[in-house]
Amino acid sequence: MKLLTTTMVSAAALAVAMGAAEARNAPGVTAKEIKIGNTNPYSGPAAAYSSIGKSVGACFDKFNSEGGVNGRQINFISVDDGYSPPRTVEQTRKLVEREKVAFVFQALGTPTNSAVHTYMNKKQVPQLFVATGATKWGDPKNFPWTMGWQPNYQSEGVVYARYVLATQPTAKIGILYQNDDYGKDYVHGLENGLGDKAGSMIVSRESFEVTDPTIDSQIVNIKNSGADTFYNVTTPKFAAQAIAKNFELSWAPLHLLNSVSNSIGSVVSKAGFEKGQGMISAAYLMDPTDPEWKSHDEYKAWNAWMDEYYPDGDKADSFTAYGWSVCHTLVKALEQAGDDLSRENIMAQAANLKNYRAPMLLPGITVNTSATDFYPIEQWQLMRLKGEGWERFGDIIDGSVGSGS
Amino acid sequence: MASTDVAGNVPAFLNQNPKDRIIVLGVPLPLLERVGLYVLLAAVVVLPMVYDGYDIYEFGKILMYMLAVLGLNLLTGFNGQFSLGHSAFFAVGAYSTAIMMDQLGVPYWATIIPAAAVCFVAGFLFGLPALRLDGLFLALATFALAIATPQLLKYDGIAHLTGGVQGIVLDTPYPPAWIDGIVMSITGEELSIDRWKYMFTALVAVIMFAGAWNLVHSRTGRALIAIRDNPLSAKTMGINTSVFKSAAFGVSAMYTGVAGSLFAIMDEYLAPESFTFAEAIKFLVGGVVGGIASLFGAIFGGWFVLEIPNIADLAASSLENYINNPQGLTGLIYGLFLIFTVYVMPMGAAGLAQILVHKISTRR
Repeated sequence: MKLLTTTMVSAAALAVAMGAAEARNAPGVTAKEIKIGNTNPYSGPAAAYSSIGKSVGACFDKFNSEGGVNGRQINFISVDDGYSPPRTVEQTRKLVEREKVAFVFQALGTPTNSAVHTYMNKKQVPQLFVATGATKWGDPKNFPWTMGWQPNYQSEGVVYARYVLATQPTAKIGILYQNDDYGKDYVHGLENGLGDKAGSMIVSRESFEVTDPTIDSQIVNIKNSGADTFYNVTTPKFAAQAIAKNFELSWAPLHLLNSVSNSIGSVVSKAGFEKGQGMISAAYLMDPTDPEWKSHDEYKAWNAWMDEYYPDGDKADSFTAYGWSVCHTLVKALEQAGDDLSRENIMAQAANLKNYRAPMLLPGITVNTSATDFYPIEQWQLMRLKGEGWERFGDIIDGSVGSGS
Repeated sequence: MASTDVAGNVPAFLNQNPKDRIIVLGVPLPLLERVGLYVLLAAVVVLPMVYDGYDIYEFGKILMYMLAVLGLNLLTGFNGQFSLGHSAFFAVGAYSTAIMMDQLGVPYWATIIPAAAVCFVAGFLFGLPALRLDGLFLALATFALAIATPQLLKYDGIAHLTGGVQGIVLDTPYPPAWIDGIVMSITGEELSIDRWKYMFTALVAVIMFAGAWNLVHSRTGRALIAIRDNPLSAKTMGINTSVFKSAAFGVSAMYTGVAGSLFAIMDEYLAPESFTFAEAIKFLVGGVVGGIASLFGAIFGGWFVLEIPNIADLAASSLENYINNPQGLTGLIYGLFLIFTVYVMPMGAAGLAQILVHKISTRR
């Protein structure tokens, strides 16, 4: 009788233990597959971003054909949300509750991710490496299931502030910024970086609405304020206007151009190379159109993958390099997670990337996260416009703004 | 009127609703409609007992979109005024609820009626100047409204209320304790948030639908239809067309606005991007496909608005082997359905049903 009891107890214990082992893995994870969800604007006003979703999918195709991650194939379910927050809620709930994905990866857009921010954290489903530069995604205390990837806008502002403090400590800065969360994040970053000196160094702030036709009068105001440094926080159309207007006014301040608009093809060449000589900007990814990288191994690997897995992709589109890089970051985190693919462990491993070099980042830049640091990339390199291209200079600069700022 | 002055001398056929003479499979049409309504009502009640989670959330959204489409149907189908700007009233309703909850701490269930009032007034006021505009011009004026809405919501001067580009995150609408208690005592489990959200939405939607049903079958409803059919003769009959047209705009905005309120409560989040022109087009297409001059059509329209992106996704996944990256077909699918509807069933799904009913009733 006693033996029977012991047997039954141990059998029960075994059953419980086995159940626990099975329950550890996230839904959507089997011995052969990991199901990953994604929302992207394949239709609607922001459809230009859809090359990110497509290149991430093509990148997983490559890993799958090479045997998958730890022997598991990646089933990447990428659906259209048209950049519409209510649609994101529907699609994300469908992915989580009906498709039973293990987690959602690289969902794109600030308003769209905001719409499911609370839902994902309540459900405790990782909302990993969201594709937006807003600063709010790195808040592990309040939102432990959400993490960004790209350096946030504030960190870039910090980098410019350090540069100005180091080279022109008496500068008088005039700011032109777009009146929304993106513009304000940049201004906030610069102020943070300048610290106590922000009050005295910033002599002029001019904002504009994205619907304004031009920013000419704002530029005139900034020039008349006596500023000798121009912090240009604008989207491509306005950036080109600002470069041209400065030239027209023969005003040649130290021009800090935000990375949102430092594309040679769509901004600088449109404004005219001669008008923008000497401008300063920042970057963290290799620009695939830059001839400097043609002989780099990571460029060659990217190029070969584009040819084989994403032949309709545009090689001049930096989003394809972005997708390639972020996809590798996720694979790295999953490899670290090994066979313990619970949602907790996936999140813990995403928050445990140490000096990981994601391909196509600028040389010297690495991905670093910890349980309290949910900002994977926080480094930049400055560059100066010379001739018809950007010339990078100086060291890799850390722009970390710390969590919750 | 002449035939009724002598009591009791009314010829029977004049006293009869013309619909009563339509017999479908031995059942008079009005009875059939009523039975249909009760069946739908029963379905609305039964659904949350069967479904939970994402499924019931989807049904709730269908009812929410039904109200939005219904608002447009009342205006366009019953009163003959066009609007491409109903996303604006949807936004007014949603933001009224959100601001009341967020700034004033009003419980979610108490925001519906004030939000409805705000939307009625907004619609009525917009309807006044719109009286001078006919057809195409009215469509253009409302189009401007739809385009301006997301921009206005981002405006810095009111950003402390609207949350600007960041939008507003709302509290979860928990069920009142007494309802939780009742459900607990019957089923023994706690009522899930998704089920409660659906029940709340359904309650509001059913009341609103009944209101619309009574409205279009009343004197006012007949006046609205008369204005649509022939404004001049409606006027000669003594109908104050400007008041009725403005009121129709107000009521229409109120329906779509209440849908917006329910949307805010259901999604617990709203941002200017949720209220773009695309949303107004959705309502319009939903209305046309369902049958713009039909209340039942709005139910189909609500379902259609929600499901069409899913159909597009389905089409995308089935085309995957033939075309590279076929996602993002939503717009195309909308277009195809719209063209199909206009050519094949110009009265929408409701019109198609009517034709079928007619075919069956005359076959005897």
